[in-house]
Amino acid sequence: MSLTLEDVARIALLSRIELSAAERASTRDQLNGILGFIEQLQAVDTTGIEPMAHAVDVVQRLRPDTVTETDRRAEFQAVAPETEAGLYLVPRVVE
Amino acid sequence: MTRNVQWEVVIGLEPHAQLQTKSKIFSGSSIAFGAEPNVQANAVDIALPGVLPVLNREAVVCAIKFGLAVGATIAPRSVFARKNYFYPDLPKGYQISQFEVPVVSGGGLNIRIGSGDTATEKFVRLTRAHLEEDAGKSLHEDFHGRTGIDLNRAGTPLLEIVTEPDMCSSAEAVAYAKALHALVQWIGICDGNMQEGSFRCDANVSVRRPGEPLGTRREIKNLNSFRFMQQAIDFEVQWQINEIEEGRAIRQATVLFDPATGETRSMRSKEDAHDYRYFPDPDLLPLEIRQDWIAEVRSGLPELPQAMQQRFATEFGLSSYDAAMLTATRATAKFFEEAVAATGKGAGSAKLCANWIMGELAARLNKADMPIEASPVSAAQLAGIIRRIADNTISSKIAKDVFEVLWAGDGKDADAVIEARGWKQITDTGAIEALVDEVLAANQKSVEEFRAGKEKAFNALVGQAMKATRGKANPQQVTDLLKQKLGG
Amino acid sequence: MSELINSSLRDLSAALAARRVSAVELATLFLDRIDRLNPGLNAFIALDRDKTLAQARAADESLKVGGGATALTGIPLAHKDIFCTRGWRTSCGSKMLENFVSPYDAHVVEKLAAAGMVTLGKLNMDEFAMGSSNETSHFGPVKNPWDVSCVPGGSSGGSAAAIAARLTPAATGTDTGGSIRQPAALCGLTGLKPTYGAVSRYGMIAFASSLDQAGPMAKSAEDCALLLNAMAGFDPRDSTSLERPAEDYARDLEQPLAGLRIGLPKEFFGDGMDPDVRAAVEAALGEYHRLGATTVEVQLPNSGLSVPAYYVIAPAEASSNLSRFDGVRYGYRAPEYADLTEMYSRSRAQGFGAEVKRRILIGTYVLSHGYYDAYYLQAQKIRRLIAADFVEAFKNCDVIMGPTSPSVAFAFGAKSADPVQMYLSDIYTISTNLAGLPGMSLPCGFGSNAMPVGLQIIGNWFGEAKMLTVAHQYQKATDWHTRMPEALK
Repeated sequence: MSLTLEDVARIALLSRIELSAAERASTRDQLNGILGFIEQLQAVDTTGIEPMAHAVDVVQRLRPDTVTETDRRAEFQAVAPETEAGLYLVPRVVE
Repeated sequence: MTRNVQWEVVIGLEPHAQLQTKSKIFSGSSIAFGAEPNVQANAVDIALPGVLPVLNREAVVCAIKFGLAVGATIAPRSVFARKNYFYPDLPKGYQISQFEVPVVSGGGLNIRIGSGDTATEKFVRLTRAHLEEDAGKSLHEDFHGRTGIDLNRAGTPLLEIVTEPDMCSSAEAVAYAKALHALVQWIGICDGNMQEGSFRCDANVSVRRPGEPLGTRREIKNLNSFRFMQQAIDFEVQWQINEIEEGRAIRQATVLFDPATGETRSMRSKEDAHDYRYFPDPDLLPLEIRQDWIAEVRSGLPELPQAMQQRFATEFGLSSYDAAMLTATRATAKFFEEAVAATGKGAGSAKLCANWIMGELAARLNKADMPIEASPVSAAQLAGIIRRIADNTISSKIAKDVFEVLWAGDGKDADAVIEARGWKQITDTGAIEALVDEVLAANQKSVEEFRAGKEKAFNALVGQAMKATRGKANPQQVTDLLKQKLGG
Repeated sequence: MSELINSSLRDLSAALAARRVSAVELATLFLDRIDRLNPGLNAFIALDRDKTLAQARAADESLKVGGGATALTGIPLAHKDIFCTRGWRTSCGSKMLENFVSPYDAHVVEKLAAAGMVTLGKLNMDEFAMGSSNETSHFGPVKNPWDVSCVPGGSSGGSAAAIAARLTPAATGTDTGGSIRQPAALCGLTGLKPTYGAVSRYGMIAFASSLDQAGPMAKSAEDCALLLNAMAGFDPRDSTSLERPAEDYARDLEQPLAGLRIGLPKEFFGDGMDPDVRAAVEAALGEYHRLGATTVEVQLPNSGLSVPAYYVIAPAEASSNLSRFDGVRYGYRAPEYADLTEMYSRSRAQGFGAEVKRRILIGTYVLSHGYYDAYYLQAQKIRRLIAADFVEAFKNCDVIMGPTSPSVAFAFGAKSADPVQMYLSDIYTISTNLAGLPGMSLPCGFGSNAMPVGLQIIGNWFGEAKMLTVAHQYQKATDWHTRMPEALK
């Protein structure tokens, strides 16, 4: 399976990473190199094998329903690119 | 909808119920409504680098309660997944939700469409219900042409409840949404506050000609009132029918309802091709729910409305309509049961309680815009009134006066009011007979008219007799005596 | 006093306890050395003498009082810049976080500070821990102290170089596919990746959440054991942190190795390994025989698939983990953009380096509609096969050994043109991350160009104490771990 320039553009948009036209071509070649390498996985028969999503076979631990956090807005917003009236600002979002 | 004969409407609903926990689903931040922007958005909620989610046990309890209440299967092992997309109110760039293995699957809800004797019933099947986190809020009012992001709501626990496409009109959709809205409040997992967004619905709507395969659906997002739901679905259905009749195909889309215009419109922000790239969240291990936990939650569940309706029908001989009305909310049912218990067993006392609660009390509460929990007349006080009607101490008419006095807070109970105001019904036959004689003597004209065949004149005589007793005579007794004296 | 740069943590602890040296003197010794040598190595990317000395003074106070002091109180260390450190710039080696001053401490940082350790600074690393050579850092590559024309390994290359150059006695590292063990091998150090779940990931900037694990890097196994004692333990803020009773990882260090069964996977001794590495590893195995151990061949038939499986799973998780870097709440925001999508796309295009972008794109692709089953799900199934191989292998042995890296440190630029060649640097380390097993690397000699060679020990699940004993007994019999680059003495 080989990626086209359109595939690369689609993946880049999904990833929200801007690529120039030149970058798109070199990215396609690099990604195809990596995909060629991982392609060997397809040859393995994994019928009946349970996928392993976690490195440990234990179950979810649960947290008691208590409020433990206090207001730290000022501290958190000290590192924000743009805020006003306690809000994070972004370019206008059209719904 | 004049052309509905040619069209079938197919509706599935996806309501989101905000769960009544104290803290967020994956962090220890408060979920209280109405705080200053971002003061309840902490390290985990704003997705600082390195922070991790830890699941709130109470959110799981809410999901189990819901599953039990709708007769669903509760997964012994369910999985949290990441739904990946970029949006400024989604701090991690993914929403933690459940995808392939939700916590609740199957089950369903009986709904009643219409009212009174013409009401019909329908069973709406549930596909699944899953736990997920809410996003923050985007505020579009002008910050120099920019959007402000408040992440207080980000991470609020939600139960998304997905139905099968079982509804075929806006009325059915609303009836289902109302029944579900009542149920989640009944079992105490959601406060149901629609203004604050605690309960909001997405509706998937499509139309087709009978016999054809399902049409392409459009999803109406974030309906936060039943009236808007009805308007939005009606508009959407008509719009889709028009499109198809004019030769245009329906394209799958996400739309918003604008209450100002009554129209739905496509959301620009959702026009990108969706590809959510769901995968199991590596930060969250499988959620295990063992049978003993389910049993523990079950033992804490209140009697469910449908079971209670059946019990009311069999135990008290109520009609299914009355039983449904009295189980509209847990508070109503509680009031009814307390009133019945305080009235004591007696033929028809439950029916009397039901009539009073659905009649006089409901009307007064409605007028005062009060929930039944806040009723100035308590269940015990109402029972006091009903006891005195049942034993003929007062007439129904006087009972309403007693109710008014108690509503106004001028008396501790019915007996005290009756005593203080001298409203005890006259049951002594001798005394009534003397009164009737007086009335007959004073109204010879009416007596003659009656004898001449005018039935109306008899009613006038009854009225005069009742007036003379200031309402305290037993009307039946007065009628019988008059008939007897007039040689009837 | 300058001889203290070579001291073990136990010796430093004894010197501090006896007041032969103060924590402030010790910190100053290393800070001065950093000032002198770091410009040539680029291991440290954040220093704050005032903060360090304040922490050292506090340590001296508790040493004076006595009661609050631990075996680590007053000993300096440095953190890989992947650990959020309150009040310190925490960049993860990225332009994206070039100006991010963390408002909180990672669990590991908190625990080591609570033990009284003194933070010297933050250490360079491959950007977001994605790399095996430290060439992907936004702050420039770290130089290998044994030969500054060579890479130190990665991604914990700053940690490895700093210890090798004796700029710090110890450091934290993280290991997603070999990022502690490979740089430890290439710089002649001892480093340990614990069992997944043994050390909390809270506050450690995520690369691939199901593989990431923090661990200690130091000169010896004994030092690592002491550090691990302070780092490990249950943390309710990490859902994958395991609730296990506290363990003293140094408890068995003096146990002899007689009867130890060492498993040698034939897959680790094939053609991929350079001859100089093979010679050093085989010599080490000879030493183990002398110490009373026996060797047995074991099989890890699927280990050849570990690198391709890893390069599906790790980028998939990373593509999602790195979505939070969007220029909205913190981090880099592009100066010019027309709309929201462009703000995202440019901030991320400008804020991330080439390797990070490559992995995000690969990860997005393997999770995308239509490819999930073929890539991601298939890789997860192969992951289970790889873990199952280890279960089988450990039926016949106590630890597994092999090379850490197929070659000694290579020259800058040697592998950076071909991502796949670079990925194969981790061919022997990746399978333990996929299985969640503990692993470590310790120096076992020198190869070509007099560059260090690392011996890898893989332990059974929760077998850290055993692994450390196996390493410590070897280090008692050899002196590879005491060597340091001649030029930096």
